[in-house]
Amino acid sequence: MAEGSKITNDIKSMIGLWSEPVVLEVERGAIARYADAIDDDNPLYRNEEYAKSSKYGGIIAPPGFFGWPVGGGNIEAGMARVVGAVASAGMLRILDGGIELTFYVPVRAGDILVTYGKLADAREKATKSQGAMVFLIIEQKYLNQNGDLVALARQTLICS
Amino acid sequence: MTHHIKKQIYYEDVKVGDEVTPLAKVASSRMLVQWAGASGDFNPLHYEDSFAQAMFVNSPIVHGQLKRAWLGHLVTNWIGEGGTVKVLSCQFRGMDYPRKMKTMTEPKDGETWQCKGIVKKMRVENGENLVDCEIWVENGKGEKTTPGSAVVALPSKK
Repeated sequence: MAEGSKITNDIKSMIGLWSEPVVLEVERGAIARYADAIDDDNPLYRNEEYAKSSKYGGIIAPPGFFGWPVGGGNIEAGMARVVGAVASAGMLRILDGGIELTFYVPVRAGDILVTYGKLADAREKATKSQGAMVFLIIEQKYLNQNGDLVALARQTLICS
Repeated sequence: MTHHIKKQIYYEDVKVGDEVTPLAKVASSRMLVQWAGASGDFNPLHYEDSFAQAMFVNSPIVHGQLKRAWLGHLVTNWIGEGGTVKVLSCQFRGMDYPRKMKTMTEPKDGETWQCKGIVKKMRVENGENLVDCEIWVENGKGEKTTPGSAVVALPSKK
């Protein structure tokens, strides 16, 4: 690690380690509200009768919705340690750089998912305008109550 | 309730260079609040002026993940119920600023975002009819603030 690197040993030590699991509940009402929020009127996300007669046999979630933590709390709770380490390294600005979602199995109303997150990589890049920026790659995996891998997410956070 | 039974698009209907049916979206401050509540992203960058300025943006910006969700809508709307989204990805390259509200439900006049896409490649893999698309969100000036890509599986007529 270069001297003065913003990627502290604390951040480095987290690379590759999966977080504690966060259990997510996929409620029917939460699916409808998510679809409402993006003005998507697809009946598969809210009309039980309609969804039953579809190939899915029931209500599904729009791509990218994985429910809410059982018993409340923050969806990103699993990654709080990483965000804390970024702040401790003096980086107060975190921007979402992008995401790649790979889907394997549909998310259905009533599913109980479990998600694990990990810091997969951390790279520092020099920029002319804003000094050194750190690019963090956060991976998140989602499994359902049957043990099926539902989806993988790979998100880039830009910290400075 | 009216159902939106659309004509299903099949693999055989598509060719490289085809347009993904575009979808218009209007980001308003109301939509951002609604998205925060529905998605669980309560970052003040998306609703607090002073916090946004501390993060070096002029005023609250549209959530990247909201734009990602728009792109999800673009793709699912195009492929219909017979299609499946396999991969959806995008990069948040440019900031977008929501329209403020004029009434309780109506945003002020301003920019409209367009979600668009184009078919780049088609391939049959493991018995699936896959279509690779370039997708993006463009702002009112026609700038691609959120470029991305999608892989979808389409049903076949065969």
